[in-house]
Amino acid sequence: MIREFGTGDIVYLVFAARWTLALTALAFAGGAIVGLTLAVLRISPLAPLRFLASLYIQIVQGTPLLVWLFLFYFGLSIAGLPVNAWTAAALAYSIYGGAFLGEIWRGALIAVAPTQWEAGASLGLTYVQQMRHIIIPQAVRIATPPTIGFLVQLIKNTSLAATIGFVELTREGQLTSASTYKPFAVYITVACIYFLICFPLTQWSRRLEERFNVAR
Amino acid sequence: MSRVELINVSKNYGPLRVLNDVSLTIETGEVIAIIGRSGSGKSTLLRCLNGLEPIQSGTIMIDGVKVNDPDTDLRKLRQNVGIVFQSFNLFPHLSVSDNITLAPRLVLKQSPDQARKIAADVLARVGLADKIDAMPQQLSGGQQQRVAIARSLAMNPQLMLFDEVTSALDPELTGEVLRVLEGVAREGMTMILVTHEMGFARHFATRIVFMHEGKVWEQGPVAETLSHPQTAELKSFLDAVLN
Repeated sequence: MIREFGTGDIVYLVFAARWTLALTALAFAGGAIVGLTLAVLRISPLAPLRFLASLYIQIVQGTPLLVWLFLFYFGLSIAGLPVNAWTAAALAYSIYGGAFLGEIWRGALIAVAPTQWEAGASLGLTYVQQMRHIIIPQAVRIATPPTIGFLVQLIKNTSLAATIGFVELTREGQLTSASTYKPFAVYITVACIYFLICFPLTQWSRRLEERFNVAR
Repeated sequence: MSRVELINVSKNYGPLRVLNDVSLTIETGEVIAIIGRSGSGKSTLLRCLNGLEPIQSGTIMIDGVKVNDPDTDLRKLRQNVGIVFQSFNLFPHLSVSDNITLAPRLVLKQSPDQARKIAADVLARVGLADKIDAMPQQLSGGQQQRVAIARSLAMNPQLMLFDEVTSALDPELTGEVLRVLEGVAREGMTMILVTHEMGFARHFATRIVFMHEGKVWEQGPVAETLSHPQTAELKSFLDAVLN
């Protein structure tokens, strides 16, 4: 039975957006752990570690996110490890996010002047102490605007999880559209909700970037 | 035992030989001014002394410890060898107090209170007692360099290296940094300065080392060496910088 697209449906869509946000948070947390590890390995003094981290980043950046989602959701089930949509999505997004955050953060780490390392080393600090107390705090300021920019990408890319049956904003839109047969109205609403989440973040990122450029 | 001993030290950057068979001995309490043209190897020599740059051959000993030995703990060595850079290299995200106390807390394991007390002491020695809670960017270049000297002093080093510490400063700010250096020299610190400040060298150095083409070309007591240069190269260098 086809019903009208009404206020109730909009409320449902807005509620579905919290799963978009939850998946974003999970993906960002997982991606941050992977990304920080990669960034530190990428500037390690040990060549094999740099190579491994670089290989990981090349592979992940050279493959579509959708394939990673399918790989974990369908692939693991067939391999005898049935996972639910949450687990598959969390794994796929962490792997994907890690590769991009790793590159952003590596760039921020090497943007800190080499003389800062020298100053730390000359005072007798260990490599880890230099990293922890001198390099990372400065890199965080440099990395914040592009990291927020990536977060916006991530929010939009969580819509791909709809393809493995993960009910977030886009999937809820598909369901609503199917039962109301009002795809245009439904997807405009979906797009508006994404925009309302992403726009403030983009503005924030821009402001931080301006402030950073002034501070330089 | 000499404080610093270099024996036949050579260093290359690729095919370029920047230090060519340098031998030099420095005793405790000496203030050495290293002078020479750009590219003569003077800054490189300084950076080799605390292991910031590796050398290809020869031996560098500081207080009997071999610097260019893989078994030497460079971190331990660097606690005794302070270095102050041309570009200050303060940590811009940390306050003056945190800049100074970071290494004493992490490396010397001082308590925060103890480290802050020492920070106040060394800041008083460089005339910046009132700036303990300022951020580096709130300070003038001369003040930043004095904080960098204080940061080095807080580690209570036995030897201090100064790499053209006034070169990035306006002439009017140079004076305040030189006065701090004078104070440190009077306290009996062993100092090696790469400098263009001939006036300072004349008054406070005990010995002049003139470097040319990666070699110690000429050296000797300050007054004598500056007034009676033995080599044509030093003579032409002095003519150029003094006029």
